[in-house]
Amino acid sequence: MPKIKINEQEVDVENGLTILQACESIGIEIPRFCYHEKLSIAGNCRMCLVEMEKSPKPIASCAMPVSDGMVIFTNSPMVKKARNGVMEFLLINHPLDCPICDQGGECDLQDQAMSYGRDSNRYIENKRAVNDKDLGPLIKTVMTRCIHCTRCVRFAQDVAGVSELGATGRGEEMEIDTFVEKTISSELSGNIIDLCPVGALTSKPYAFEARSWELQKTETIDIHDALGSNIRVDTRGREVKRVLPRINEDINEEWISDKTRFAFDGLGCKRLDRPWLKKDNKLVEVEWPEAFNAISEKIQSTEPNKIAAIVGDLADCESIFSLKKLFNNIGSPHIDCRQDGSLVDSSVRGSYIFNSEITGIDRADFILLIGSDPRWEAPVLNSRIRKRYLTGMLDIAHLGTLPSRENGLTYPYTNLGSEPNVLDDIASGNHEIIEKIKSAKFPMIIIGNSAVCRSDSLAILHKTREIAEKYNFIREDWNGFNFLNSVASRVGALDLGFVPGDGGYDFNSIITNSANGNLDMVYLLAADEFDVEKLSNSFIIYQGHHGDIGARNADVILPGAAYTEKNATYVNLEGRVQRTSKATFPPNDAREDWTIIRALSAVIKFPIPFDNIVELRQLMEKEYPVFSNIDLFQSQEWKPFGISGSINDTPLELSIRDFYMTNPITRASQTMSLCRSEFIKRINN
Amino acid sequence: MTSNRKPAPDNYQPKEFSFTKENLELAKKELNKYPENRKASAVIPLLDLAQRQNSNWLPIAAINYIADFLGMPRIKAYEVATFYTMYNLSPVGENIIQICTTTPCALRGSKEIADLCKKRLNIDFGETSEDKKFTLLEVECLGACVNAPVVWIGDEYYEDLSKESMDSIIDQLKKGEIKVSPGSQIGRNGSMPSGQRSSLIDKGN
Repeated sequence: MPKIKINEQEVDVENGLTILQACESIGIEIPRFCYHEKLSIAGNCRMCLVEMEKSPKPIASCAMPVSDGMVIFTNSPMVKKARNGVMEFLLINHPLDCPICDQGGECDLQDQAMSYGRDSNRYIENKRAVNDKDLGPLIKTVMTRCIHCTRCVRFAQDVAGVSELGATGRGEEMEIDTFVEKTISSELSGNIIDLCPVGALTSKPYAFEARSWELQKTETIDIHDALGSNIRVDTRGREVKRVLPRINEDINEEWISDKTRFAFDGLGCKRLDRPWLKKDNKLVEVEWPEAFNAISEKIQSTEPNKIAAIVGDLADCESIFSLKKLFNNIGSPHIDCRQDGSLVDSSVRGSYIFNSEITGIDRADFILLIGSDPRWEAPVLNSRIRKRYLTGMLDIAHLGTLPSRENGLTYPYTNLGSEPNVLDDIASGNHEIIEKIKSAKFPMIIIGNSAVCRSDSLAILHKTREIAEKYNFIREDWNGFNFLNSVASRVGALDLGFVPGDGGYDFNSIITNSANGNLDMVYLLAADEFDVEKLSNSFIIYQGHHGDIGARNADVILPGAAYTEKNATYVNLEGRVQRTSKATFPPNDAREDWTIIRALSAVIKFPIPFDNIVELRQLMEKEYPVFSNIDLFQSQEWKPFGISGSINDTPLELSIRDFYMTNPITRASQTMSLCRSEFIKRINN
Repeated sequence: MTSNRKPAPDNYQPKEFSFTKENLELAKKELNKYPENRKASAVIPLLDLAQRQNSNWLPIAAINYIADFLGMPRIKAYEVATFYTMYNLSPVGENIIQICTTTPCALRGSKEIADLCKKRLNIDFGETSEDKKFTLLEVECLGACVNAPVVWIGDEYYEDLSKESMDSIIDQLKKGEIKVSPGSQIGRNGSMPSGQRSSLIDKGN
């Protein structure tokens, strides 16, 4: 370990660190614009200059690796003068438009000009002006403000895997540009807004909406995919103004997808804010008691065996748990949380979670993707696969169908076709990919939803498990079997056993039995992702927060709360239990979901045994101990699952057809529909 | 700044570009100099080859073609093409006359030479004559200061110019090709003294 001296202080640092990192390790802050921990090093802003003994010139600390015996000064007159000079050069062409700039108040350039810059400007010539670029519906550009740190260029190239940004021209003519006016086709593009240290790239939907210091900041969890990205929701009054990532190295590092970041405007549109009841074939607004009484009357005249419940994609664990308790009390076994018809079973936890953890990807050297499209199902996880691929130590193979889009999965892969019976060949060792699997030390399977929504799903799961067990995927120190769920509620609902009880109907049977007239009532908890009209023979109770397909066909609508409006528990795809925090209140008469079910249970005389969220969570933790470990990954014992059988050659289907429209919030979001017309139509054309 | 630095408007851009058979051979030869995973290193010579094939300017289609040819992102090739001033991104005249106006050449009369060219060709710096025969560019130091003033035409330098010799070069160009040989126009050999040798006389060579 090299020993260096920083400001007279002796420091032992790890080999390979840069001087900047060494300084940070002892709490000395070095100003910087271009350097970013998660990006490759560019060394072009020169703001991080420090003095090194025996060097006649100051050196860029972000790009200089430490070596033994270095003597560094970060507070000498030379350093002060260097920072001062760099700051002055950066400000030469930077417009003085902070009062109308959205970055104002959280701008690196502003802050560092205050800390390290001169008090006045000596430059009297004309400043240069740069044409703004069209980067699509999400990112607003004011390119005159750009200081050419190239963070956005490096992000697009390395993390997002779409090399569509670049620095064109040279010297004074240098500009950040897309190649001949093309928008960036990445699901992670919003992150360059956070990366931009100045106001050159700002959020288009947030333009002139609020100042950073006026916002109430709430740390919470995202639910647009199953990753459970850590986010911060900024609100002013009752309105969500923006969503930003929080750093969590185990889950999302510091990125979030564009859906997570920009779909929040759907929270203000098409909301269910009053109970509705169908009278004379027309939905009318009613008060809570009337809605409950209508349900009560119906339930009294219905046999328990003719009532079913379906849980949707955005439901939280508290409400799922309450609904399960309620259906236990009613005595109906017809409950299901798999509204996509998935056959994943809840009995073996290891079969539906991401056993390697997300950080396991950083170790993996072979990934077999089965029926999964990580780029659209979990874009941030996909960027992690890409990060691993860039180290050169990862091979990827893909089995299934992918949408035809630019840049594919953002990394090269061996295409195994789309017919799942290839798994038979792999299991028996008669496939060319077998050599790569055998030579891998940390092999990984990522199986996705489209492989388990088929009639032969259990056979596919069985065969996949066979492959995993046969080829060293499962060891004492490594579990390479991973299920990639794409919706936020699923793992939690499976953990709570929200699947058919003895003799209960699963999702597909609920649909057919409703059509046959065997089901009189169906309770939809935020279930919107299937053709609800197929249930029209039954009395439909819809509880949720958006007037989407579920509500349109309902007989009673109970208005619930969205993820920013409740303190709720979600389990991410790794099985990590996380909690959201209430950033704002549900609109008008809408209530937190579990309280609705609790109130209803009293009215229909099947009361469930808790009166507040503490009691609820205590009971939930008692019955399902996984819920007592918040924020921790819990590894699972490896147990058999799946049923041996033959796999047919029907190709695996696309798992997601449209990244920007996957749940009621996104469908209500204007920004998402702009994205769809910009990006998805480009794919289809 | 000169107009050849910005891509030509769409109506000038050809839809397609591909190497001729001969150039494809040359390109492959160039590729052989680099390892398979470092193919992108050949971007500069290949862009040059494409420019030579396409009347001395690089259309977007050619940049795309080269990028695809080398398996690199198109924007990266575009960055290179916009960085180096010797790539012309819009159509230029048959003959590109590049006049150095940096200090040594300026002291030795490059302004007069420039004025002469402007007058004779009836164009300013950065412009192309109406008959598309000439483009006049002002450039920074060409690195031949000992033989100032220097003008760069096609692939050759013409040095030690006077108004008269430049005038005659333009005459020759207008007729078709330059008859005088490149290099010094007053008969110097390389950058040797113009008259008698004045130092190191005792040395034999």
